[in-house]
Amino acid sequence: MGEKVLMKGNEAIGEAAIRSGCKHFFGYPITPQTELSAYMAKKMPKIGGVFLQAESEIAAINMVYGAASAGVRTMTSSSSPGISLKSEGISYIAAADLPCVIVNIVRGGPGLGGIQPAQSDYFQATRGGGHGDYHLIVLAPNSVQELACLTADAFNISEEYGIPAMILGDGTLGQMMEPVDFDSIPEPVYADKPWAANGSDKKRPKNVVKTLFLDAHELETVVMDREKKYDIVKQELQRYEAHDIEDADVIISSYGITSRVVETAVEILKKDRIKVGVIRPITLWPFPEKIYKEVKPKAFLSVEMSTGQMVEDIKLASECSAPVYFFGRTGGVIPTPDEVVQKVKDIIKEVE
Amino acid sequence: MEHKIHIFSGHFGSGKTEVALNFAIKEREKGKKVNIVDFDIVNPYFRTNDARSILSEKGINLIANNYASSNLDMPTVPLNILSVFDDKDSITVFDVGGDDDGALALGQYKQYFDRNGYEMHFVVNTKRPLTMTCDELLEIAERIENASRLKFTDIYNNTNLSVKTDENTLFSNYTEIENTSQKMSIMIKKNCTAIEQIKVPQSLKNTIFTMKIYIPKPWEIQ
Repeated sequence: MGEKVLMKGNEAIGEAAIRSGCKHFFGYPITPQTELSAYMAKKMPKIGGVFLQAESEIAAINMVYGAASAGVRTMTSSSSPGISLKSEGISYIAAADLPCVIVNIVRGGPGLGGIQPAQSDYFQATRGGGHGDYHLIVLAPNSVQELACLTADAFNISEEYGIPAMILGDGTLGQMMEPVDFDSIPEPVYADKPWAANGSDKKRPKNVVKTLFLDAHELETVVMDREKKYDIVKQELQRYEAHDIEDADVIISSYGITSRVVETAVEILKKDRIKVGVIRPITLWPFPEKIYKEVKPKAFLSVEMSTGQMVEDIKLASECSAPVYFFGRTGGVIPTPDEVVQKVKDIIKEVE
Repeated sequence: MEHKIHIFSGHFGSGKTEVALNFAIKEREKGKKVNIVDFDIVNPYFRTNDARSILSEKGINLIANNYASSNLDMPTVPLNILSVFDDKDSITVFDVGGDDDGALALGQYKQYFDRNGYEMHFVVNTKRPLTMTCDELLEIAERIENASRLKFTDIYNNTNLSVKTDENTLFSNYTEIENTSQKMSIMIKKNCTAIEQIKVPQSLKNTIFTMKIYIPKPWEIQ
């Protein structure tokens, strides 16, 4: 164990990215993720990296596209409305099979919404967000330590599969302070990049990174090959944390900051001798569907800071083996442990 | 003469808000009239304004901008801030936003601070990156003094690791703070702790400032 330091979630992402070999960061400020850009602005010049505040989110994501094409580890970050702006560029990066890390510290939406924390970008993150047949690998940390660990993982995984990775946080995770130990985060594992457009020195044929294919059949082949890659990722990458699921009457699922609220609720419910278990998805795409097929509760409950965007993934994963209930707050409101306890008690009455 | 204006400033994340809240509540509990100013133009979450219910319960006058803790990120100073400089009967506590970015907003009131007299407390947490060593502390202190056009008068050591704070944390980097104190020619006035079981050198027993955490995390039972 190394020495712990006290950090804001947003800063911890920045520090973890730098330790993971991120050399180019392209940002644009938006609450509640601005501390990440600010941290990179201070630190990048000291390590010989690039911090650039772009003129817009659209410019920033296209700079990521350029840097990723050249094979360097690169990152951008924003919050909900800014991610919508970046979506076109994200689609291009996915279409070019390039690795990069995109951070979304989610705030209330839709529209301008508000600056308080939310989880209402689940569909946008897990269904692509932009146009075309593509996916992002979506990681959902629930502590400052996990923000650091999953940022390091995101760089490695993204590079291994050639798929852009998204860290899906929320305003609370970005803003809160917790102790973090950087010695325990995963080491960078670099993949070969024979495709990188980084200068051939006339010693090899030139590399071209592109997303335009003149022939429809050729584009179909490229898309279908990528689909096979997604199938491999779905098999290999499902991550979750679970406890007390074997004999649970109700299994609660939540991710990110909401899972911290759920854990407090579970402690209270256990004192009342209610059999409750937890499955916390850590990868939101690929969704950890295998575990949902192995459990036999009387009901599932999804707790989210949205109007219930994860519910359909739980229904699909569990093949509706039990009813899937929902409790959520939205618009920047965080559910309280008491509200979750009450919802579970109501469900128990209904299913027994 | 006892100074009636207390400004808490330092690196962002040093714990200014909790220290300022505790200071204000302690003064109130001594029977004094107290104003607390949420002067944070940087931080959108976890700010003095979030403690408004406890402040109102204690009878402390909160001065905050209308948008604090709302869905709008409006980095403005409270409209009624000048009232505190006329309120000579009360102790006034300023909770300032982090770093020189946050302290910049103080500068425009320099004439009022100079006229009324003030203490500006340098809140320090050496478990935070960029404020772990004497050199780093001196750098941030200088940036804050330049931005605010005010001078620090003492140091509040608030070295902590949140929930992982143990009996040794508070004094774990004390030499760095002592060197800072010497170089800035200001004393270490208080050593702040939110936990009861800590190891305190005999000579520092009377500097201990015990704190309660007034702004709970969203997952804690309130």
